[in-house]
Amino acid sequence: MFRFILKRLGIAIPTLLILIVFSFTLMHAAPGGPFTSERKLPPQVLANIEAKYGLDQPFYKQVTNYIVSIVTKGDFGPSFRYKDRTVNDVIKQGFPITLKYGFWSFVVAVSVGISLGIVAALKHNSWIDYFAVGFSIGAQVLPNFVMAPILVIIFTLWLGLLPGGGWNGGQWQYLIMPVIALSTSYMASIARIMRSSMLEVLNSNFIRTAKAKGLPNSAIIFKHALKPSLLPVITYLGPAFVGMITGSVVIDMYFSTGGIGREFVNAALNRDYSVIMGITILIGVLTISFNLVVDIIYAWIDPKIRY
Amino acid sequence: MKSFTKILTVALIGSTFLVAPVLAAKVPAGVNLAADQTFTYRALDEHSSIDPQIVEDVSGSEIVRDLFEGLLNQDGDGNLVPGVAESWEASNGNLTYTFKLRKDAKWSNGDPVTANDFVYSWQRLADPQTASPYAWFMEIMSLENAKDIIAGDKEPSELGVSAPDDYTLVVNLTAPLPYFAAMTTHASTFPSPQKVVEEFGTAWTKPENIVSNGAYVLTEHVPNERLVRERNPNYWNDSETVIEKVTVLVINSDDAALTRYLAGELDRTEIPSGQYPRLKKEFPNQAISFPRLCNYYYTFNLSDSGPEAFKDVRVRKALAYSLDRSVVTEQVLKGGQFEAFTFTPAATANFTVPDVAWGKMSQAERDAKAKELIAEAGYGNGGKPLAFELLYNTSEGHKKIATVAAQMWKQKLGVDVTLANQEWKVFLETRGNQNFELARGAWCGDYNEASTMLDLLTTPSGYNDGKYSNAEVDKLMSDAKTAADASANYTKVEEILAQDMPVIPVYHYTGVYMLNEAIVGSWPVGNVEQNWYSRDLYKVAK
Repeated sequence: MFRFILKRLGIAIPTLLILIVFSFTLMHAAPGGPFTSERKLPPQVLANIEAKYGLDQPFYKQVTNYIVSIVTKGDFGPSFRYKDRTVNDVIKQGFPITLKYGFWSFVVAVSVGISLGIVAALKHNSWIDYFAVGFSIGAQVLPNFVMAPILVIIFTLWLGLLPGGGWNGGQWQYLIMPVIALSTSYMASIARIMRSSMLEVLNSNFIRTAKAKGLPNSAIIFKHALKPSLLPVITYLGPAFVGMITGSVVIDMYFSTGGIGREFVNAALNRDYSVIMGITILIGVLTISFNLVVDIIYAWIDPKIRY
Repeated sequence: MKSFTKILTVALIGSTFLVAPVLAAKVPAGVNLAADQTFTYRALDEHSSIDPQIVEDVSGSEIVRDLFEGLLNQDGDGNLVPGVAESWEASNGNLTYTFKLRKDAKWSNGDPVTANDFVYSWQRLADPQTASPYAWFMEIMSLENAKDIIAGDKEPSELGVSAPDDYTLVVNLTAPLPYFAAMTTHASTFPSPQKVVEEFGTAWTKPENIVSNGAYVLTEHVPNERLVRERNPNYWNDSETVIEKVTVLVINSDDAALTRYLAGELDRTEIPSGQYPRLKKEFPNQAISFPRLCNYYYTFNLSDSGPEAFKDVRVRKALAYSLDRSVVTEQVLKGGQFEAFTFTPAATANFTVPDVAWGKMSQAERDAKAKELIAEAGYGNGGKPLAFELLYNTSEGHKKIATVAAQMWKQKLGVDVTLANQEWKVFLETRGNQNFELARGAWCGDYNEASTMLDLLTTPSGYNDGKYSNAEVDKLMSDAKTAADASANYTKVEEILAQDMPVIPVYHYTGVYMLNEAIVGSWPVGNVEQNWYSRDLYKVAK
């Protein structure tokens, strides 16, 4: 197991390097640069700015300088667009916000989704099942860019209960609508995966044996059925968790939360090279780590898997 | 290179100007002020910077105008009023400007604001080390040695600005600019505190570090969410400031912003396209629309890479004539925008809208004329087929207008138009490289004078993406720079444009806002550049 983790971490480093080089190349290949604007800059002024940000260097040198400065100083460079801030500032400010509403969305999505899936499977073909399936399909087809404005109209404009947006240090009133909007579709997916996998497990031989032995229903479900039926959900949760904590453009845009999701898209539109790279690397690291975590949990839950 | 030519709003022809202190919120007698004097407004995007020498966007400049104060300010109608400078004088045939600074101007830490602060900041603006996107502003202000300093050939200390004493600033120019003083209302010329900048580097604008000399100080900044500024007790005219606290909230979505306005979280927001009539009906005292110094047009690619058909002026005219602008302004935009038959908006100061014949016709007459012209040129229905691509930057609004235009051209002229959209920066590059046939364009004036628009259509202009070139236009525009009154030149240029039709003017913008009833009265709707200062605002009691 320990060797497996070490090996995976060993692979992570070249993976990240490839990610950096690949993104760097793609980014520079996109038409227009960070300082392209409708009001074109005079050549001398542009040259001064490019020199300041090292864009006058040959491409390979920019890439190596970039990597060296991350590895040696942990410095992701200055933002090209937000000239008063560095990429480290941008991430330090935006990521905790995203992490907070992402984490709560995850908690809500997992707890509600799994319970709903279990109940639906146990009461297969009952009204509860139909409700759960209907609800999860409904939640999945309702995109969050539709749900967000509806929530605001109901809770802010009609009921006057919640602020229509903003973050304000992450007080709970500001957290509710983003969490609902972000968690719903994940919740729906989890419920559906959980339900079908639970149904499959309940129909398998070892459960029939357990039933034949006369075990009480609760013991069958919690001791025998739950663990194996969680496996497909866990596979889904790794990327879902990263997806939630690295934010959502829609949430940031609609609720003005100031998280990293909108920052990422803005950076791409502004060709803010250093911010694009910073957030790409952040997401890369998180994805690699959580895939590893999922694999470890897998081995722990499923006796058939050994590394 | 941008040619910032004239600012005739202020006809400053070398002599002494002593202006009575007309400043800050002049609350009219009898007005009952509200107890709550906070102002919260919405910004579409996070500003790029609040460093006066670095800032380049509108939302950043709005903040900088509150936090810092330059030599001169604008009033609600865009006229010049004193700022840190109490008076100024042009001498030596407009080649030297001398500003007398007020002695009671202070930084927020209590230090006096001196002429040396301006010398430092202007040198900093030109310094290649600063790498300011507005460094060129020193060059068009014609400061001595600015060009060489930007190019790195001279030291910043050689810039044509000096401080013979703490309260006198002397500027030496290389060209006799009669309108030089007005250029000092631009945020890039505002002072920055040398000691603080040197101590903290780029982090000097953070709330915990910043020192500023304007009516407000920065107290909170959560990037992409909010920025708060509060009254600066050290500001020399603090006694006349009314608004206590100004908050800008970054809200990317127009609709979300409107909802939050309606929920009472904002005092000002933009009205989303098409919603003005409904809101005006529901909130007649809050929905406002006023002229802006911006145009919206389609530019023909007249370079070698452009379509052959566009080289025929009759085709260009037929397309321009047959576009029914009232559909665009009244059914698509619905925000009180003006139909455009000239490149320059009528709201521009000292600009007389020429009597262009096609603007006077009815749409039916224009359509008939268009059909005649396209038939003469041998295109469209019954002639050679004409097909081209209309390129615009990705946006729902531009798409609607392009769709309307394409339909009209198809119906009236039998022309096939393909719509194409590109993401903003890709679009700029494509248009800049003349890889288009017909493309959307829009321009907002940098200053209130017709040349800010018309210079775009001169041969040397870096923004002339359609590559229109007419020697007479070039001559009229270059003569305008030295003419005492250039308005005749501009009228003439517009007449030539009506003949040559290098672009299809579509409409002229309006500012369309929801504004809290309490603040509407003090909003400077008369300033077409929309340079507003929070210290001029006040809220009246209900």
